[in-house]
Amino acid sequence: MAYALVLVELANGRPAASTGELLAAAARLGEPAAVIVVEPGTAGEVAESLGALGAGTVFVASIENADTLLVTPQVAALQAAVLAAGEVSAVLVGNSIDSREAAARLAVRIGGAFQSDAVDVTAGAAGILVTQQAFGGSFTVTARAAKGTPVISLRQGSVDGTAPAAAGAIHELEVTGDTAVGAQVTARHEQTQASERPSLQTADIVVSGGRGLGSREKFVLVEELADALGAAVGASRAAVDAGYCEHNMQVGQTGVTVSPNLYIAVGISGAIQHRAGMQSAKTIVAINKDADSPIFDVADFGVVGDLFTVVPQLIEAVKARKS
Amino acid sequence: MKIAVLVKEVPDTWGDRRIDPSTKRVDRKGDLVIDEINEKSVEAALLVKEANAGSEVTVVTMGPSSALAAIRKALAMGADNGIHIVDDGLVGSDAMQTSAALAAALRPGGFELIITGNESTDGRTAAVPAMLAERLGLAQLTFLRTLSVTGDGVTGERMTDEGHLDVRASLPALVSVTEQIAEARFPNFRGIMAAKKKKVESLGLAGLGLPADETGAENSWSVVEDVAPRPARSGGTIVKDDGTAGTQLADFLAAAKLI
Repeated sequence: MAYALVLVELANGRPAASTGELLAAAARLGEPAAVIVVEPGTAGEVAESLGALGAGTVFVASIENADTLLVTPQVAALQAAVLAAGEVSAVLVGNSIDSREAAARLAVRIGGAFQSDAVDVTAGAAGILVTQQAFGGSFTVTARAAKGTPVISLRQGSVDGTAPAAAGAIHELEVTGDTAVGAQVTARHEQTQASERPSLQTADIVVSGGRGLGSREKFVLVEELADALGAAVGASRAAVDAGYCEHNMQVGQTGVTVSPNLYIAVGISGAIQHRAGMQSAKTIVAINKDADSPIFDVADFGVVGDLFTVVPQLIEAVKARKS
Repeated sequence: MKIAVLVKEVPDTWGDRRIDPSTKRVDRKGDLVIDEINEKSVEAALLVKEANAGSEVTVVTMGPSSALAAIRKALAMGADNGIHIVDDGLVGSDAMQTSAALAAALRPGGFELIITGNESTDGRTAAVPAMLAERLGLAQLTFLRTLSVTGDGVTGERMTDEGHLDVRASLPALVSVTEQIAEARFPNFRGIMAAKKKKVESLGLAGLGLPADETGAENSWSVVEDVAPRPARSGGTIVKDDGTAGTQLADFLAAAKLI
């Protein structure tokens, strides 16, 4: 059977959270195999955990100081893995910035059909079917490759299940090419999730705050509601622009697209650009003082009122039910 | 320094955007505007130009004849000249094909710095910058929220999910910028008048040297099988707070088994 290759991102030497899902998706399309870039001599433990997640083969590109180079080591590793694997049904990567760009460059290099931000993949009679969402979930598009190997980036949290555990056999790759001709990372300023909150993209519940909160200090109310619900915290662009919260919390056209089970919009008017990032949530709740706000057009339950009285009451009621 | 900045004409995000069920492509009949991220890309290019005497900014777009308006907007902001890639044979191009056309247009120019937006608001594929860098054999510094060009190198802060990275590359290089990069300037009257006289080169398939059997929708790398609009949301329950709305909301969430 042809291999379905998965580019695995490593965080502190461990497979990133999206890995199990990617291997589960790969198992639908071929024999799941992982592709990793590591410091020479460090593949053993990772390969074992990748086997447990379903990778029969682990293609290893050992590259010194690979984490000081942007994207190019991953492209070289994928290209070498495609060569080594022989027959490849698909290449799957996460839809992170780095992996998506590695996949895009690979598609050019090997002549592949690049499909971005898939929310589902299935093996069909005419080839691999990729489901994507357009305009923030306003349209669902199903497509397949017309030629070349499908190279697909998969949105995190879109495929359920796991692949059965497999051997995780190491296959060392001969990596040549232009890994040195790239951009260099000179310093990292990243925090590993300091908070206990779930990540915005994969959270079951998202609570977002808007300009209605009025200040950075008062935005804490959104965080309190999120914590009472075990939810992730998001924000409208207006709140981000006003400095109430960090830019990576922005939900909408130019921020993150979320489709949680429950989305609670607090003090958000619901401009069309914001709705483009959240309208595919299963249930939408809105709290806003202006009854004419467009957010109420998409709300399953809307409260017209002062968020500073409604939200504390909601937090109390949620806590009372949980205790 | 020769700088190229890429812009795209997109359906206005303030309007109702749709996919045409007959062509299965983005419906471009509504209001079309220069993508907001590209006003910021142009601003970033102009800031680099102002910091490096003797620089020239070329604005590049691929799109139908209407896309000339996006070029004129960038010229009015201060870009020096333009390249408009336009040909009926390019209609319906995917990211692979678009990057091939852009690469063909940019290759002869000898650009030391190519600036793009991180992703368009219509396709949101966010792949063309990386593909273009691959085709041109350039280092890519994408998703930059800051950008500075010094001597023979370019540095900036690259956004990631957990924070940011300091990155650098030698020139020539391709960078993509996020919406945090800069606030775009408004074209003034003088700029708008001057833009009308600036040179815009029009390039078709022949000028690009692209074979017709590789371009356009019928030669796309993927086939769209189906397009389905999301069902409209049925009207929800809207209550006016009478002092108990918070509790009512909790009741609603509990009844829906969401808490």
